[in-house]
Amino acid sequence: MRILFYGRLSEAARASERTMALPAGVCDVAGLRHALGREDEPLAEALAGAGVRVAVNGTVVVGEMPLLGDEEVAFMSPVSGG
Amino acid sequence: MIRVQAGPFDPGEELAELAREAPSSGAIASFVGLVRPRSGDEPVNLLELTHYPGFTERIMAEIVEAARQRFSLEACRVVHRFGTLQPGEPIVFVAAASHHRRAAHDALDYLMDRLKTEAPFWKREHGPAGARWIEARQQDHEDRSRWEK
Repeated sequence: MRILFYGRLSEAARASERTMALPAGVCDVAGLRHALGREDEPLAEALAGAGVRVAVNGTVVVGEMPLLGDEEVAFMSPVSGG
Repeated sequence: MIRVQAGPFDPGEELAELAREAPSSGAIASFVGLVRPRSGDEPVNLLELTHYPGFTERIMAEIVEAARQRFSLEACRVVHRFGTLQPGEPIVFVAAASHHRRAAHDALDYLMDRLKTEAPFWKREHGPAGARWIEARQQDHEDRSRWEK
């Protein structure tokens, strides 16, 4: 799966993009967020920050979303358009 | 009509094209946002703007469609840049054509309030003290919320 990090999250993740397999035991967005932050305290903190939104295959997730492992998941810090 | 591009645009040309798209309108209003030369007391050397290709265009198109319906616009155009920009360069162009002045002006306010808080762009200012991320301010969210009434 493809994981994208936008805004200050790209700094916390030290990359704007990662390609990886769905971690063992993970079946939804909350699980993926937890797995990404495991053993990476700065990233865990950034992912838990206020206003962070998640999109799966280009659709913003409201609540929870199951994952199969072939998705594009974007973690987005608060935007600043205009 | 929306466009997201890396290169510069000419606001005058965008305005002329919008006017051609809306020959029977009675009012056209436009707004050009520029890269600020200073951020508080600090000079800004560069502004770096990232976006989420595909997703950004879709969100912008939704915002423009909502403005068209809400203000009965005859035409509407939003051009937004990404990449590396210099202070003073146009970063966003918004224009609306309608029958009367008030709707065109209100549409611009509405579009900018929504773009600031919802359009998936991320800004990073580079200055003498290093780089810092810019995120929508509380005031931007308050401005956005007045359209929910």
